[in-house]
Amino acid sequence: MKKRSIIPGFGLTFGVTVTYLSLIVLLPLSLLVWNTASLTFTDFLKAVTSTQVLASYRLTFGASFFAALINAVFGFIAAWTLVRYRFPGRRILDALIDMPFAMPTAVSGIALTTIYASTGWVGSWFDRFGIQSAYSPLGVLIALTFIGLPFVVRTLQPTLEELDKEVEEAAESLGASRFQTFWRVILPSVWPALITGFTLAFARALGEYGSVVFISGNIPFETEITSLMIVAKLEQYDYAGATAISVVMLSVSFVLMLIINLSQYYARRVGR
Amino acid sequence: MKKRFVSLLLIAALSLAGTSLFAADIELLNVSYDPTRELYEQFNQAFLKHYKAETGDNVKIKQSHGGSGKQALAVIEGLEADVVTLALAYDIENIAEKSKSIPQDWQKRLPDNSTPYTSTVVFLVRKGNPKKITKWEDLLKPGVSVIAAHPKTSGVARWSYLAGWGAILKQQLGDLKKLNDPKYANEVTAAQKKAREYTAELYRHVKVLDSGARGSTQTFVQRRIGDVLLNWENEAYLAVREYGADQFEIVVPPISILAEPPVAVIDKVVDKRGTRKAAEAYLKYLYSKEGQEIAAKNYYRPRDPEVLKKYSNNFAKVELFSIDDVFGGWQKAQKIHFSDGGVFDQINAR
Repeated sequence: MKKRSIIPGFGLTFGVTVTYLSLIVLLPLSLLVWNTASLTFTDFLKAVTSTQVLASYRLTFGASFFAALINAVFGFIAAWTLVRYRFPGRRILDALIDMPFAMPTAVSGIALTTIYASTGWVGSWFDRFGIQSAYSPLGVLIALTFIGLPFVVRTLQPTLEELDKEVEEAAESLGASRFQTFWRVILPSVWPALITGFTLAFARALGEYGSVVFISGNIPFETEITSLMIVAKLEQYDYAGATAISVVMLSVSFVLMLIINLSQYYARRVGR
Repeated sequence: MKKRFVSLLLIAALSLAGTSLFAADIELLNVSYDPTRELYEQFNQAFLKHYKAETGDNVKIKQSHGGSGKQALAVIEGLEADVVTLALAYDIENIAEKSKSIPQDWQKRLPDNSTPYTSTVVFLVRKGNPKKITKWEDLLKPGVSVIAAHPKTSGVARWSYLAGWGAILKQQLGDLKKLNDPKYANEVTAAQKKAREYTAELYRHVKVLDSGARGSTQTFVQRRIGDVLLNWENEAYLAVREYGADQFEIVVPPISILAEPPVAVIDKVVDKRGTRKAAEAYLKYLYSKEGQEIAAKNYYRPRDPEVLKKYSNNFAKVELFSIDDVFGGWQKAQKIHFSDGGVFDQINAR
């Protein structure tokens, strides 16, 4: 007798997956390309390579990358603490991690701006050292770090939980130093999860609009993010221009994701 | 069989009677811009009472607020607004042009360019006016930092930009009528150049360009950033009322722009939904004594001269010029100043 899976088989689930993906992802994406097609190639180039837009790419990709990097480091530490140690308030702390997921982005943007403005709690402290935190590229970095944190922590947690403590003890008994244990035993096994978390945080940051527009100050060439350029184009009813920039953002993001995922694949093979 | 026929007839009669005898329930959607929340909250209450008394019908009014341009986009994309009450004519012109849901001459359908109330751009400064800012030229004093919204994403930001530009033209020319007189062509060219230099310098003094009117108020009022805020007159009064006259002062410059936020019924929607009568009554009521009083109480300048007189304490005397006279209308102003590669982009170019 043929073995039957409890849930209806491949044909149905595959059909549902394709239909669902088409409706939710592929259709809007193809519309994007369709809209851009109304531009001639020179117009397209002009729209996506104006100096102001180029400046916004630099800020958006740069700040998103560093925000994801910061989250990779501190998210790792946070996940490690939450998984490895038992302390009072651990569950509350664990729930707090999800706050950036749940908060409306505008709310986080306004809250962060209030705290980091030169008159705010943290901002005034930065101000004493002559550093402007809100309304500067640093402000953009802060907002993007905030929204990306849960991605790293939540992808790392299950992996860290699976990590056997005995393996570390074995490494130690075989004479490995603490650093060696971390570098050669722990890191290789969490590496794929860490990269996934980094990628998710990075991707999320690239498209962020709601929280950043409040804290960035939106000064042309200095603190305008690419999403703002898209919105500015839409306000001029320039659909084609707006979608052209979106297409560039998407393509670059896609290539970056692909590279990161390939490197993850590579890391896994080397890890073995 | 016969019984069934009778009951059917009865049902038909009842439902017919329903439309004429019993009060109808009508729902309207008013798509508006950012700072009008308080105004329409009060106006809607007044209108439903008025309409109930007049026709016996119950109206429910739903509001939608947001940046003017974004709201217009939503309507073009198919948001079923019965009426729109937006920050600038340019946005409704685009609805007319892009969605064809209203005729091109929409602005002539109601009195006063379809704008039942007007407003202008004023300065909000810290208490005591420490930087002594009284006119547009003062914004360029060394050390003065200005808070304004982003002209690419906000209606009032565009009004503010044009207000400053026009003020310098007036200062240079003495009389704005010279703008349309070929005799003064050279003088006008020189004045336009000065206005451009002024505007370029002004935006160098702007430290934060928020995406909308409310956002820039928050930056100035709650985060205490900047020496002067450029914003709607009504928004400035609201900030003073909410956050205290002991902290802020309104400075009305000697000259500013006559901002006309227009209103329109969206024909395609009201005809489809059968709400034309209520929607038209709604907008007309804005021009009534009560509608004008509510506008004045919320610091929008009423069109009705009697109401304006009654609330003259709310509105400082200021010379106002219109966008049509100085910039040749919204389409032209938008194209020259705010479209991609326009003057705003040029003065910010690196």
